[in-house]
Amino acid sequence: MIYSEIGYYSLVIGLTISLPIFFFSIKNFRDNKILDYKIINFSFIQLLLVLTSFLGLVLSFIYSDFSNETVFNNSHTTKPLFYKISGTWGNHEGSLLLWLLVLNLFIFFFLITSKNLWKNYRILTVLFHQLIIIGFFIFLLDSSNPFNYIFPVPKEGLGLNPILQDPALAIHPPVLYLGYVGSSIIFSSVLAATSLNYVSKIWALHIKKWVLISWVFLTLGILLGSIWAYYELGWGGFWFWDPVENISLMPWLALTTLFHCILVLEKRSTLTSWVIILSITTFTLSMCGTFLVRSGILNSVHTFANDPERGLFILTFLFILIFISLFVFFVFHKTDKKSLISFSLVSKETSILINNWFMMYFLSVVLIGTIYPIFLDVISSEKISVGPPFYHKLMIPFLVPFLIFMAIGPQLRWIKSRLRGKIYLITLFIISISASFFVVKNLSYNFLINTVLIGSALYLFFVTIRDFFSKEFKNISQNLSHFGFSLLILSILFNNLFSNEIITNLKVGERFNNEKFQIVFKNLEKSEEKNYVTFKGYFTILESGKEDNLVPELRVYNQPNIVTSEADIKTSLLNDKFITMNTVQNEEYFNIRYQVKPLMIWIWISVLLISFGGILSLFNRNRV
Amino acid sequence: MKNKVIFFLISSFFIFIFFIFYKGLNQSNLYQPKSKVKNVPQFSIITFYEQKEIHSKNIFNQNKYYLLNIWASWCMPCRDEHPMLLNLSNNFEIEIIGMNYKDNFKNAKKFLDELGNPYTKILVDKDGTRSIELGAIGVPESFLIYKNDIVRKFIGPLNIEMIKEIEKIIQ
Repeated sequence: MIYSEIGYYSLVIGLTISLPIFFFSIKNFRDNKILDYKIINFSFIQLLLVLTSFLGLVLSFIYSDFSNETVFNNSHTTKPLFYKISGTWGNHEGSLLLWLLVLNLFIFFFLITSKNLWKNYRILTVLFHQLIIIGFFIFLLDSSNPFNYIFPVPKEGLGLNPILQDPALAIHPPVLYLGYVGSSIIFSSVLAATSLNYVSKIWALHIKKWVLISWVFLTLGILLGSIWAYYELGWGGFWFWDPVENISLMPWLALTTLFHCILVLEKRSTLTSWVIILSITTFTLSMCGTFLVRSGILNSVHTFANDPERGLFILTFLFILIFISLFVFFVFHKTDKKSLISFSLVSKETSILINNWFMMYFLSVVLIGTIYPIFLDVISSEKISVGPPFYHKLMIPFLVPFLIFMAIGPQLRWIKSRLRGKIYLITLFIISISASFFVVKNLSYNFLINTVLIGSALYLFFVTIRDFFSKEFKNISQNLSHFGFSLLILSILFNNLFSNEIITNLKVGERFNNEKFQIVFKNLEKSEEKNYVTFKGYFTILESGKEDNLVPELRVYNQPNIVTSEADIKTSLLNDKFITMNTVQNEEYFNIRYQVKPLMIWIWISVLLISFGGILSLFNRNRV
Repeated sequence: MKNKVIFFLISSFFIFIFFIFYKGLNQSNLYQPKSKVKNVPQFSIITFYEQKEIHSKNIFNQNKYYLLNIWASWCMPCRDEHPMLLNLSNNFEIEIIGMNYKDNFKNAKKFLDELGNPYTKILVDKDGTRSIELGAIGVPESFLIYKNDIVRKFIGPLNIEMIKEIEKIIQ
């Protein structure tokens, strides 16, 4: 009870703190030469208040205070402590509060780490950022208050959706949010820099850190979500082109492109329009994601609160921000003096630019695939859903040149480069294509496209490996990320090509035979856990003399009453053995799904490598 | 000048998108296919306890409202709506007919013994074809029937609002 009170009132006071921040910022913008310390102080106070409010909600969850509506809707006394805490952000209201907290946290860090920069730029960034913060404050207090009362106080809560009770998913939202919200700093900073005509080398060097931070978090956030989908949903896939997944992928694509543009800006003082537009796009896409997810306009596996009023608020807010940024861009932005003509054909910046266009293409495909169904529904009330084949058909062919440019680009110099001494590039290309030819040879379908695709991924793979040694770790962060990317594409390709799946109905004691392996259903055990009853199936897989024991589970949760299927997965460096069971109407039989997925673990490892490259680059000054 | 034109064009584009999203928000995204089945088709079917064949003409033959409820023992939401059906069965203005969907007798009987039987008649739809003919897309689903016409169709488990609506119609 008391925690909710504290939480609510610190949120209200937090909003009023925006007033002095505005007041001192505008005053300080006109007169003094140095930044007024009051701005930093008030930002700190605001941060503390939001933090208090957030902790108030966390404590309400820990003590299962069911007089709080959010806690009532999303928690239960029998839930383990860890999931009580993660329940704080596992719902609409709590996650918005977390979002606000991160907004405040980031602007505070921005203020204390940008001491060497121009005062007016810092102030204007704070002002633009405050607009976003105020928007979120009003949204929280007005239509998604996490501290609503219920009277009479219920004895028990409704519980957290069991499929969300998973360690990966408990930390997935905060990590993803750090990525999303990081893009808000880039957004307000780019608006400030554009208005003051400050988009320059110094600015690029400074904003690069923020781009990298949000990029790393976004990458890890997507990875966690994907791992969760693989282990928990029990469909045996890691990416389903589900609208909510696409929504996190779009800012990632924009951010990756932005990062490369900022490198060019830093070295060559050009591509400023790209940088500005991409910064705005990244944040808009993050916000648009929030809108699409939270308003319930999309149908997906991720079921969130479905409330048109909330949707309307985010929508209006989003478009106000879009119009402010359009206005700033068209009024203040002056186009580059250096035009693109000064780019030499064979240079690092040209290859970056080419791949940026490819990235924009991928982004458009994902964007259209995600929101076109909404347009069609509104205009002609026709329902369609866009599935993986659409994305695969449109994207895969373009991966080939993309991968090749990704391999060649880093080999070139800035400004102008020569091709002399680059014979190894051709040799490696021939090696990769022939290697891929031998791998794919035995496949009966899609022979050509697979050879070329695997060939170009192998090409990037070999070129980056060579770089690890020949460049003496000079460009290690870039190298690592590109290497990780080639590994990712290779693992995904092999995973798709050589996956194997069997679906059958078995009862205890029965076995399934196949020329390759044998599945034995040995035993079924029932046991009771804290908040669910579990049925464990004991399976043995016999394959070429090797024996693996797998134990998939069926869990019947008590609050709310939901059955989930927990896959059991045996992971090895070469492949994953994945088994799930489900009930069939006929009691004795269980539906068994057994999959062999090659190189699964390498998908996770390669994404980790990609983000690790980003982390390295953060600590590796002036050497990207 | 050129900039202004571009600004204007982009702005109008975004305003267009705004209205699309705005309209999309007010549309329900619950996908409910429109059923073309307006009245109860003619069929004969086996009854649950008596295991006798009965024709649909003889089921909905009186001048009163019928609620045809499609259910199964393996269906969790059916368990949730069951108490409401039991309550409704005390109302003599309406007769509740159960249609046991793709179920086996033992489990279904256990389900009824455990939770109670709100149905005056239970029909057995072993392979699910009768339900499909009625235009059902899943379990549970309930049809309010009067004089062989389907007055109202409820997809998913019945809730208090739906029960109130039924009671209002039959008065």
